[in-house]
Amino acid sequence: MMPGILSTLIWLPVLGGLLLMLLARGGMASQGGAAPALPRLFALAVSLLVFALSLPLYFGFEQGTSQMQFVERLPWIERFGVEYFLGVDGFSMPLILLTTFLTPVIILAGWDVIRERAAGYFAAFLVLEGLMIGVFSALDAVLFYVFWEAMLIPMFIIIGIWGGPRRIYATLKFFLYTFFGSVFMLIALVWMYLQSGSWSILDFHALPIGLTEQVLIFLALLIAFAVKVPMWPVHTWLPDAHVEAPTGGSVVLAAILLKMGGYGFVRFSLPITPDASALLDTFVIALSLIAIVYIGFVALAQSDMKKLIAYSSIAHMGFVTLGFFIPWAIVANSGGTDGISLGIAGGMVQMISHGFVSGALFLCVGVMYDRVHSREIGAYGGVINTMPRFAAFMVLFALANAGLPGTSGFVGEFFVILASFKAGFWYAFLAATTLIIGAAYTLWLVKRVIFGAVANEQVAGLTDLSAREFLVLMLVAAGVLWIGLWPQPLTEVMMPTIENLVDHILQSKVPE
Amino acid sequence: MITLAHYLTLSAVLFAISVAGIYLNRKNVILLLMCIELQLLAVNFNFIAFSRFLDDVAGQVFVFFILTVAAAEAAIGLAILVVLFRNRRSINVDELDSMKG
Amino acid sequence: MESVYLAIVLAPLLAAIVAGLFGRVIGRTGAHLLTIGAVALACALSLLVFKQQVIDGAEVFNQAIYTWAVIGDLRMEVGFLIDPLSALMMVVVTSVSLMVHIYTIGYMHDDPGYQRFFSYISLFTFAMLMLVMSNNFLQLFFGWEAVGLVSYLLIGFWYTRPTAIFANFKAFLVNRVGDFGFLLGIAVILMFTGSLDYYEVFERSEALRAATVEVLPGSAWSAITVACILLFIGAMGKSAQMPLHVWLPDSMEGPTPISALIHAATMVTAGIFMLARMSPLFEYSEVALSLVLVIGATTALLTGLLGIVQNDIKRVVAYSTLSQLGYMTVALGASAYAAGIFHLMTHAFFKALLFLAAGSVIVALHHEQDMRRMGGLRRYMPITYWTCLLGSLSLIGFPGFAGFFSKDGIIEAVSEATRPGAGLALFAVIAGVFITSLYSFRMFFLVFHGQERMDEETRSHAHESPWVITLPLVLLAIPSVLVGWWAVGPMLFGDFFGSTIFLLPENDVLGRVAEHYTSPLGFLLHGLGSVVPWLSLAGVATAWYLYLHRPDLPGLIQSRLAPVHGLLVNKYYFDAFNERVLARGSVGLGQGLWRFGDVKLIDGALVNGTARLVSWTAAVVRHLQSGYLYHYAFAMSIGLALVLGWILLRG
Repeated sequence: MMPGILSTLIWLPVLGGLLLMLLARGGMASQGGAAPALPRLFALAVSLLVFALSLPLYFGFEQGTSQMQFVERLPWIERFGVEYFLGVDGFSMPLILLTTFLTPVIILAGWDVIRERAAGYFAAFLVLEGLMIGVFSALDAVLFYVFWEAMLIPMFIIIGIWGGPRRIYATLKFFLYTFFGSVFMLIALVWMYLQSGSWSILDFHALPIGLTEQVLIFLALLIAFAVKVPMWPVHTWLPDAHVEAPTGGSVVLAAILLKMGGYGFVRFSLPITPDASALLDTFVIALSLIAIVYIGFVALAQSDMKKLIAYSSIAHMGFVTLGFFIPWAIVANSGGTDGISLGIAGGMVQMISHGFVSGALFLCVGVMYDRVHSREIGAYGGVINTMPRFAAFMVLFALANAGLPGTSGFVGEFFVILASFKAGFWYAFLAATTLIIGAAYTLWLVKRVIFGAVANEQVAGLTDLSAREFLVLMLVAAGVLWIGLWPQPLTEVMMPTIENLVDHILQSKVPE
Repeated sequence: MITLAHYLTLSAVLFAISVAGIYLNRKNVILLLMCIELQLLAVNFNFIAFSRFLDDVAGQVFVFFILTVAAAEAAIGLAILVVLFRNRRSINVDELDSMKG
Repeated sequence: MESVYLAIVLAPLLAAIVAGLFGRVIGRTGAHLLTIGAVALACALSLLVFKQQVIDGAEVFNQAIYTWAVIGDLRMEVGFLIDPLSALMMVVVTSVSLMVHIYTIGYMHDDPGYQRFFSYISLFTFAMLMLVMSNNFLQLFFGWEAVGLVSYLLIGFWYTRPTAIFANFKAFLVNRVGDFGFLLGIAVILMFTGSLDYYEVFERSEALRAATVEVLPGSAWSAITVACILLFIGAMGKSAQMPLHVWLPDSMEGPTPISALIHAATMVTAGIFMLARMSPLFEYSEVALSLVLVIGATTALLTGLLGIVQNDIKRVVAYSTLSQLGYMTVALGASAYAAGIFHLMTHAFFKALLFLAAGSVIVALHHEQDMRRMGGLRRYMPITYWTCLLGSLSLIGFPGFAGFFSKDGIIEAVSEATRPGAGLALFAVIAGVFITSLYSFRMFFLVFHGQERMDEETRSHAHESPWVITLPLVLLAIPSVLVGWWAVGPMLFGDFFGSTIFLLPENDVLGRVAEHYTSPLGFLLHGLGSVVPWLSLAGVATAWYLYLHRPDLPGLIQSRLAPVHGLLVNKYYFDAFNERVLARGSVGLGQGLWRFGDVKLIDGALVNGTARLVSWTAAVVRHLQSGYLYHYAFAMSIGLALVLGWILLRG
């Protein structure tokens, strides 16, 4: 156990980002033209350091236990029992590593592209990184809520300043949507504090709650997390935010921010309100299946690449919520508990995998956008002729998005479909339609953009990947293939936590 | 014999007159100020009456406070009125609607 | 032995990676030497394994290589199951692949994507080997989709052609429809047996038989039937059975070597292989087997008819492949798994041969594929001519050729079958014999005999192909002719497959056929006594009459039977239906859901509606804000009175 590792991971990038902003005011601000070298180098160095420091989380992680690890606990606001309480388990640790891995990638992706106020851009991502790690490691509800809301600020700035033409509309929509959701969560958290006398999330887990209260808490939390995931029908902020966000913003949004919702479900909803979850699981499953099927068809109709990938993200996140909420249906249908952990593990793997795959696809769109300045599918065609290396990456990520075995996209969907069959034939049937719809919209995109003869002069003038872009895509591709070919190292660390959760959610918490 | 009820009735009548004065009056802001003074007077009346009948001087002490505040208020109110008149050339209540949403 | 199996699989994979990523470094020669070396190694080792398994009778090897993931009690592993069935498939895959590799040197000689092509076909060899050597469903699905991926990449190899990228997209999607069923089938099996390992699943098939799945509310189906039908849907996609056959003819947009390797000899037979592998499950589901039988019969008959009206040389062979796959499926449906696998093997050789011969013709005519502009090539390309003749004779089941033994085995087995659909199947496979020889020899006569219909320029350049092309033709012609004599005894009637293929005693149709089997020659003579060989000769004669003797007749028949011809030319309108109704319908549905559901309803009514509602409320409420002091004062006193009144009245 290394004391303080989580605090370091949170505050090092936050302080680094703030420092960068201060320095930028002191004359490093760019005046257009080439981005100054120092801010981005600084940001890269900080993010790489954070990544290096986060590795002990994995290698020092004690497997075979569901206890919180790397715990830090200090009093914070003693009057109200608020603590500075951090710790990770098998759910949060992989997500933290995903964050620390993708942040340097995102910084590299914005390397030459961001010319206006570059120092601020990189600083915002560093601050965001720290806050996201904070969300994943906070075990005190107030601390969690503070990180949860604070995270909106850098994201708001990133889209609002470096975004596209309709960025104001998009940021407002993004902010109001997510803020709307989290207010309900705050009410639920306060209620649980009043009941338990503690802000510790672990104490919330042990709190017996009557059924009516559970349902109310469940609904309050559901609104907060469903907006983040996002689940149908509260998803419409996502396509707008993605379309307007700069590449790095889209990547972080799709790859990590969306995971907050799924994480919230396993950290709060399932263990705190198991009875309410059991009561309302059909509702959540229905929303998930709608997301998978309905949104799949919607993605098919898009002509904007970023919108298409955004909708595809929603459909893929449907598997996460489906995997998390099928336990009771499995028990009801098969009479046993086999397959519950498969579904939850599927949801978790899907979150990590989606982080890589959707992030990679947004990076790919970014590469093309930087050259042609259009996101319209119709503006491309035959990119493979002028950018063969890029095309290879894009096809790889597209196939991963379509869930090809051997890539990470397959693993989570495979687990969830297998598990959902135990809950009922039609659950699995509808979930598995993604094999067809997902392949249809993704490969149709590839067909129209990558393959074919050179469509226009702009495509004819494209240059292939630079060494920097190659490195960026290479890193993500490595992640995609690793999880696809050998998910065991990932599932291994999650299993004890998942099994603990399964035990937890199958017991009623309604007081006698 | 004059009972508490008589005092209270008088005070209530005074208060009602002043309230009616506030919203029936459409012309002059000074009248509004006077009505407010009248309301304070009604309150003072209650205080004194209760003080006398409950044999507790605290009520009379309060009346002094209120008188002081009322005096200060009248002074400030009149000052505001002067400024208002200087700006708007009117103290007609119907014309003073700059708070309209 | 594990290292040998690993070497068989990994050699093509490594070669593919090196040729693909460092193609520019190792150059064209380096790429083909490397990949051919790797595949030759795999082929040699496969022969070794085959010898051990089949001739020496070694123990069945069933072992995991590494653990892919462990979730609770469920271990998902990658491992190998080596028994006679997989050994046979390994030999077929690697030997045909080796021939195709060599052939590619000549065929792709001028192509700029030379290294990439070699990389892909080596990768394919790897994926196909993973599929056939798998000992569990996870790896089977992995190989299943991986061969689909390589097929996708190879059909779209010439990615600037609109038809090619349309065809590869279509192929992937149609295969995905099959995989959809396949994955659900795996889910059924996992649910009731709790395992993905073949042997464990087969041991616990009792559980599958006992359980039911409620597909429609109130109607419980036997789980094993559901599982088998779903698995068969997977096979229908990969092995191109109706109505999921539509991708295979279009896949001919890819270079010819892969049409031979992937879309004739190996990948498309994966479904047949899988069904044979799953015989311990299928045997217990009479319903599923009947479905297999009927689908196979329909495919065998209807797609064969389509072959008659095609003018593209590759498409004729493609429809022939569809029809032959139908034959194999019929064999499986009749519980004659061994006959299906036997036909798979002979078909792999003679169909690869026919494709490569067609490719040789195409190269000689500078990528002309239309048979109406061929003819009389016999004079220019003797080796191609003779090998193609041998291949065609094998295909039509000419007595004594390999195709005769395997096809006659199927027909005999079907005639013994009794399950529902067997009558239809028997009719289809016998009528199919005539149709097969008609379209085969139509193609043969149009290409090699008759008038020379190409233009002068092409004619002057027509010549026999180089040795790298003709050598594989000759090498493939040998098994196409001879393999039947050796294999018919052990494979159809012996215990070649040992315990690999499971049969219920009452389903043992081949056993009933075997009762009057003595020797290959006896089988041949027995076959001559039936109508089948005469039908195939009649087909040849008809082709000769129509296309050489009276070339004016086909046109006449066409105009007389215009409706039938229209139906055939339009491929029974499957493509039209898929494109107009399914594809456009899906996109239209997506548009509708998006524009109405997302944009109008959720964004318009709910999200922006909320914003508008707030604005509207504010607009209404602001009228209360008159600005007059006495209004506010009035409201205050009313409010005060109400609150006081409420407190007083409440007590």
